[in-house]
Amino acid sequence: MLDLLIIVSVVLGIIALAQLIKVLELAGQARGENSWDVTDRDNKTQARLMPVFLVVYFASIIYQMVAWGKYLLPVSASAHGETIDNLMMTSWIVIFPVFILTHILLFYFAWKYSYDKNRKAEFFPHSNKLELLWTIVPTVVLSILILYGLNTWNNITTPVSQEEDPVLIELYAYQFGWIARYAGDDREFGYANVRNIEGVNALGMDSTDSKGWDDKIVRAEFHLPVNRPVQFIFRAQDVIHSAYMPHFRAQMNCVPGMTTRFGYTPTITTSEMKGITQNDEFNYILLCNKICGAAHYNMQMDIIVESAEDFEAWLGEQKEFLPIDGSPKALEVESIEVQEEATDGSASTTASIN
Amino acid sequence: MSAHTHHDDNDFLFKYIFSTDHKMIAKQFLLTGTFMGFIGMMMSLFFRIQLGWPGEASPILEAVLGSWAPDGVLAPDKYLALVTIHGTIMVFFLLTAGLSGTFSNLLIPLQIGARDMASGFMNMLSYWLFFLSSILMLASLFVEGGPAAGGWTIYPPLSALPEAMPGSGLGMTLWIASMAIFIMSSLLGSLNYIVTILNLRTKGMSMTRMPLTIWAFFVTAILGVLSFPVLFAAVLLLLFDRSFGTSFYLSDIFIAGKALEVEGGSPILYEHLFWFLGHPEVYIILLPALGITSEVVATNARKPIFGYRAMIGSILAIGFISVLVWGHHMFVTGMSPFLGAVFTFTTLLVAIPSAVKVFNYLTTLWKGNIKFTPAMLFAIGLVSTFITGGLTGIILGDSALDINVHDTYFVVGHFHIVMGLSGTFGMICGIYHWFPKMFGRMLDKRLGFVHFWLTITSAYGVFFPMHFLGLAGVPRRYYTNSSFPLFDNLIDINVTISIFAMIGGIAQFIFLYNLLYSIFKGPKSPKNPWLSNTLEWTTPVEHIHGNWPGAIPEVHRWPYDYSKPGAELDYIPQDVPMGPDEKDEGH
Ligand code: HEM
Ligand SMILES: [Cu+2]
Ligand SMILES: [Cu+2]
Repeated sequence: MLDLLIIVSVVLGIIALAQLIKVLELAGQARGENSWDVTDRDNKTQARLMPVFLVVYFASIIYQMVAWGKYLLPVSASAHGETIDNLMMTSWIVIFPVFILTHILLFYFAWKYSYDKNRKAEFFPHSNKLELLWTIVPTVVLSILILYGLNTWNNITTPVSQEEDPVLIELYAYQFGWIARYAGDDREFGYANVRNIEGVNALGMDSTDSKGWDDKIVRAEFHLPVNRPVQFIFRAQDVIHSAYMPHFRAQMNCVPGMTTRFGYTPTITTSEMKGITQNDEFNYILLCNKICGAAHYNMQMDIIVESAEDFEAWLGEQKEFLPIDGSPKALEVESIEVQEEATDGSASTTASIN
Repeated sequence: MSAHTHHDDNDFLFKYIFSTDHKMIAKQFLLTGTFMGFIGMMMSLFFRIQLGWPGEASPILEAVLGSWAPDGVLAPDKYLALVTIHGTIMVFFLLTAGLSGTFSNLLIPLQIGARDMASGFMNMLSYWLFFLSSILMLASLFVEGGPAAGGWTIYPPLSALPEAMPGSGLGMTLWIASMAIFIMSSLLGSLNYIVTILNLRTKGMSMTRMPLTIWAFFVTAILGVLSFPVLFAAVLLLLFDRSFGTSFYLSDIFIAGKALEVEGGSPILYEHLFWFLGHPEVYIILLPALGITSEVVATNARKPIFGYRAMIGSILAIGFISVLVWGHHMFVTGMSPFLGAVFTFTTLLVAIPSAVKVFNYLTTLWKGNIKFTPAMLFAIGLVSTFITGGLTGIILGDSALDINVHDTYFVVGHFHIVMGLSGTFGMICGIYHWFPKMFGRMLDKRLGFVHFWLTITSAYGVFFPMHFLGLAGVPRRYYTNSSFPLFDNLIDINVTISIFAMIGGIAQFIFLYNLLYSIFKGPKSPKNPWLSNTLEWTTPVEHIHGNWPGAIPEVHRWPYDYSKPGAELDYIPQDVPMGPDEKDEGH
């Protein structure tokens, strides 16, 4: 059906165009013109199209803002995200007038100064004053943006200090899914390396490292307490992935062979955000934003932001990686099997194309 | 150098195939580049069908793509393959070789008054290496597992490990081989351009009397020579990692059920090396386009380009800054935040010379006497896309803002407008303007007008909405947006984009028809159809070896004496001697 539509419209379009051009050609020949020299009539027509295009262009942008503006990301759900959004707004306030002004000038000049054989263009090869003006003004404006931007950047990238009592979470990426690990009461992650990966131990944790015994491993969704800093550590198992949490204005690549970090403080709980977006289905998500293979488009994990009590309660229910005696818990196997099924949807698409 | 070589001009093989004449080589680049460009464009239409109507069976796809689209639905890894080869072809084959190869070759000798390139043989070699690399790239479409599919940036480990995805097998090896040959071609070309410009200018053609096209090609060639070898090294090391068990880019990897014996490498190293080329590459595309349009705007506004020296200054400044900004592609790789700050600073600096250029274009139009040839229309289109795309660069270059838009459709919208559209508009503009010089015939203006308006409308229809997708959080290189409920209501935007893409695609066939028809049947061109000042229009319409039948003309003035007060005509070609009371604008 779709194809038919495409084919029919293509054919009709081509026929219409061919007819139009034939008519134009005949009309031109009747006036004794050739097929390439731009005539006064051509100049008039093209000149008139300039402001028309400008209006259409601007109108389409307004239409897009009205029609699609509501689909943009909602207010930032993290503290630093608000500073990013402010910086973004400032940048738009600088950019938009420049965009509008230069476009108006461009299409206005094009229309206004279209060819007239009785007129000569103004011989105006240069003007130091003007050139200085538009070197200095952008320099000043950009300096302000640069300083503002770098200040924001420094604040964001300053690591969370231990005094702030951050939640420590490791996000681990693999083809094609995520695992989250909480550091547990000792506030340290157990040692892990790809060479230890075996069976259910997808993170490659070293079972002899007691720091890891209280680590908690979750899949499919992870929870965050509201208004408490979270320090993320990122690792990857196979290729580069990128942990992208758009609602929190947070992103960091997960690179095999190294750990990367990013921290933020969630400020809006999931249920509050449901209200803000007026969408009962709303969920914060983590997605992969670095091409990582065929099912790159489907690497997801839900993020639940909740009150400190709810968070502690939820975390309390999660199983620790190993009990003190050092042997794996049977329960771990069970929960992972459930997850395997959940990710199977994406896995099977990959399988079928391989 | 005398271009009259030993062989007979009637010899078909040497005239059309192994020609060392820069004009013929320019045409060869143009035809090959255009051919590749159409393939790249068709690919984008195929994957736009999937993005606009995800999962819907399309007999067109099945008919054209065969096993890549079982039951008419594009397979996810083949989606990525198409995106990757589309990007590679557009950036390198169309807008590097196709653009620079065509116009540097055609215009450098003609506009500076030389009989040919410094080395005709190297020039020929440059084309044939490009041809070979095109063949290899296209051949990679047909191998087991399909072509490279890790994105045009081919980041390892994805590109290094055949087990990571189907496209990382033989297809990736061919990609690397093709690009290595491409780089050699580019280097031979660039060295030739630099040497020719420095050494073979005719009498009177000082550096500050050169048309801005030549300045742009000159700086472009220098950028190419500085940065392409780094990409060569990068892909060579990648080849080692793939085939000889080294681990320059690999460390601690578990894939396909086992841990690999790789240790100590870093994928980030690859990213630095790649973007050391990758960013200047953007300007390797953009500068020639800007040079071409400067020339076309001045000619058709019948007015000197405003601020000739400032234009040269900004070309040089852009060229210089462009090798210092590559890290803006890596703000969220875990690179040191201090480095991120430095790269933000250098990146935003580029906006200054860019702004100077835009205002100079605008002032050139002001009080001009504008003839709307199709070339002029595309030049005006370029100014618009350069502004639109350049301004969103201010957002992406700001590390704090990039955190949330990095690798989203916002980026896809930005770079297509500022590089893809400006680059193609510049190239198309050049084709309309210099077609008479290349083929001795004229293109049809009416088809040109229709082509322009359809192209600019659909181009903005395709790429402007992408900013909204990006600001809604949609990542790029996604096979479909339908696996996240969050993105469900964005389907309207995707359908809009896909429809405009098809209209834009059809418009390019109008252009293709115009080209092919006019090469054989277009009306004969006069010597100087646009009443232009530069030297190429003093050569005969029929191509001859050595360009000028007699002595090479001497240059007496800068190229922008349009509508000079006191002159009878509204143009004074560069080879016209100065009148007694005339003021010399360029020395
Ligand atoms: C017919 C016009 C075009 C359409 C409809 C189109 C569309 C697209 C789309 C939808 C993507 C994929 C985005 C993603 O999934 O990441 C893409 C990627 C790309 N396009 Fe285009 N494009 C067009 C022309 C161009 C041109 C003229 C260039 C020249 C610079 C270009 C360069 C690229 C590059 C470099 C990529 C990135 C490939 C990658 O992600 O590896 N495209 N294009
Ligand atoms: Cu991924
Ligand atoms: Cu860049």
